[in-house]
Amino acid sequence: MTEEIIIAGFGGQGVLSMGKILAYSGVMQNKEVSWMPSYGPEMRGGTSNVTVIISDERISSPTLNQYDTAIILNQQSLDKFESTVKPGGLLIYDPNGITHHPTRKDINIYQVAGTDKASELGNAKFFNMIILGGFLSIKPIVNSEFIEKGLQKSLPERHHGLIPENLKAIEIGKEIVKPINVLK
Amino acid sequence: MKELKLMKGNEAIAEGAIRCGVDGYFGYPITPQSEVLEHLMAEKPYEKTGMVVLQAESEVASINMVYGGAALGKKVMTSSSSPGVSLMQEGISYMAGAELPGLVVNVVRGGPGLGTIQPSQADYFQTVKGGGHGDYRLITLAPAFVQEMYDFVELAFELSFKYRNPAMILSDGVIGQVMEKVEVDDYKPRWTNEYIRENFPWAMTGKTPDRPHVIVTSLQLEAAKQEAVNLRLQAKYKVIEENEVRYEKTMCDDAEYLIVAYGSSARISQKAIELAREQGIKVGLLRPITLWPFPSKAINEMSKNLKGILSVEMSAGQMVEDVRLAVGDNVPVEHFGRFGGIIPSPSEVVEAIKEKIMK
Amino acid sequence: MKREDIVKPENLVYRRTPVLTDNVMHYCPGCGHGLIHRLIAEVIEEMGIQDNTLAVAPVGCSVLAYNYFDVDCVEAAHGRAPALATAMKRLRPDQFVFSYQGDGDLAAIGTAETIHACNRGENIVMIFVNNGIYGMTGGQMAPTTLEGMKTATSPYGRDIELMGNPLKITELVAQLPGTYYVTRQAVYTPALVRKCKKAIRTAFENQKLNKGVSFIEVVSNCNSGWKLTPVKSNEWLEQNMLPKYPLGDIKVPEK
Repeated sequence: MTEEIIIAGFGGQGVLSMGKILAYSGVMQNKEVSWMPSYGPEMRGGTSNVTVIISDERISSPTLNQYDTAIILNQQSLDKFESTVKPGGLLIYDPNGITHHPTRKDINIYQVAGTDKASELGNAKFFNMIILGGFLSIKPIVNSEFIEKGLQKSLPERHHGLIPENLKAIEIGKEIVKPINVLK
Repeated sequence: MKELKLMKGNEAIAEGAIRCGVDGYFGYPITPQSEVLEHLMAEKPYEKTGMVVLQAESEVASINMVYGGAALGKKVMTSSSSPGVSLMQEGISYMAGAELPGLVVNVVRGGPGLGTIQPSQADYFQTVKGGGHGDYRLITLAPAFVQEMYDFVELAFELSFKYRNPAMILSDGVIGQVMEKVEVDDYKPRWTNEYIRENFPWAMTGKTPDRPHVIVTSLQLEAAKQEAVNLRLQAKYKVIEENEVRYEKTMCDDAEYLIVAYGSSARISQKAIELAREQGIKVGLLRPITLWPFPSKAINEMSKNLKGILSVEMSAGQMVEDVRLAVGDNVPVEHFGRFGGIIPSPSEVVEAIKEKIMK
Repeated sequence: MKREDIVKPENLVYRRTPVLTDNVMHYCPGCGHGLIHRLIAEVIEEMGIQDNTLAVAPVGCSVLAYNYFDVDCVEAAHGRAPALATAMKRLRPDQFVFSYQGDGDLAAIGTAETIHACNRGENIVMIFVNNGIYGMTGGQMAPTTLEGMKTATSPYGRDIELMGNPLKITELVAQLPGTYYVTRQAVYTPALVRKCKKAIRTAFENQKLNKGVSFIEVVSNCNSGWKLTPVKSNEWLEQNMLPKYPLGDIKVPEK
């Protein structure tokens, strides 16, 4: 198993931390992982993306131009990365602020309305966990017990009290994921 | 006992330094390697192993702090990225001239000038062909994995002390920023002052009546003496070239074509050869782990059975010159690279194989 | 009277300190460097710290200082002695560490290293020999060259408008919180020699207290570069250098 993922959105949306939690969960499940951020002006706002690879074998390139999955959180990222999903691959996006929706017919496309759901629940912080839940419901590449361990590893100890709520947000994401284009 | 951690390449450099018993780190922040100093400061190694960590006023000061520490027989290091390493060249040359061990880590970014903060491999010439003034060489290790960032700190010091010669870890923004699994060791104790005094008679440990005073210098005013110094250095470099070449071969047994690439380019190229082999192209990868000494012999041996070689680098074509020197007329050697901070994609490398060496 | 009748321990009035080597110094006759070396070496001898003193030599006339001090020495790159000394003291706090630099080294090319070592309060002794000229390279203008003073690169005299002002770096470092003891001395009369030695002793004693930088400027001559006889150069020093660089303590520890 090798899953090559790009996560892209605005800086501050939790793009890097979502990737980190996924990577840590992979480590906990004894997988090979790599987490490669775009860095630079993105570190101080602007668009941000991270390539996460989870595999049973030693990972070759940590940077890629084609992905099994793209998790997309804003319009710029959708414009940039829709074409990079491998045919038959997966695109998950938050429809908030999206005016030009994805059009490809050769990939699986799902929506997770994470922004709306998070504000409905009154905590924007869990937005990225809702999105992650949506992804995991389609591709359960790591088991939920390892997600919990991954959260423990990647969150600073002072935030460990928030782990149950993070896990709950993941479950909510699994419930609200909505198919847009599903290949037969 | 081994412990598994997920960390950035830059953090692995810092962690490797603390755990292998480095005595001192002196550095100055610059993207994309600032996590080295940040991680060191956060880890408080002065409480764990007694390691000294200091943020210097410049890269010029950093390398000269390393020079001062190295003169004491201490394991000392610095790290920076391209513009900062340019500033360090004077000190590196002095250390090579005074035959001091020490480690410089370069997490390379695109140049020239202030350039870009994105990854590059355009400091190859600077590292293996000189950089500073005079005839000298740097033992150069090129990590391609975060684990190697960690492991090569200890290896660099081992080689550096063995040959009394500064060493360089030549990395880049990709390997510095990527997070991967790393197996870390227990904390090794630092060398005691007594150990240093007994084992390194060249080191400044305080002049006791039983020995003449130690002088650490790279100055010889008489030309004949300075030529003798150079001849000694060249003899040492020859020994290093004979004994310390390191490289890794992947899918080379049946290869008709070969990619030579180091660091992150080797990772990208590995993906490329996987893709190429799906298309029936028999291509292998030779990854130099030491850039100096360069695996010329291994490449020359292989070249006799090949149809073509592609050197893949994030530069305008620097290492390709060493590959050509190694291969001679045996087989055509071409270069493929992106530069200025652009990372080539694996499929671009596959296209380059087809266009440049298969036609 | 025979030689043997005179050379007796009870008649001893002067002997060379064993902390200086037997090497013949390369300094010009009349130059202050030899004297300043001797004073430092005598202090090291008197304090009994030859076994645990580390010296940093500069680039400039005193580049070969490592041949004369019989302690472990390193020869720094131009201007970088305070950076080396910083690392050395931090890695070996059990050793006495001193740097020895001229004006071009300390106050021009190495200004950043000087200021920052002083500001951090590194626990070292910094000896700064100021003769207002680059002696080793053939008498060019230094950061401390006086207004109107002729050098190889100010052949018509230092023109402030064209070449900028002389730098009083000692007054400058005295402002920094990391300096503990800052003083300006000279060695052109026997009385000043004795005073200078006392200052050097104080500086090395300070290092035991871990209080920060002890910084000693020694205003000295360069009879070759100034194109004067040794005697005339000392007169010139007194008349021209001292009004700009007055002798005395600039910063002393509060009692």
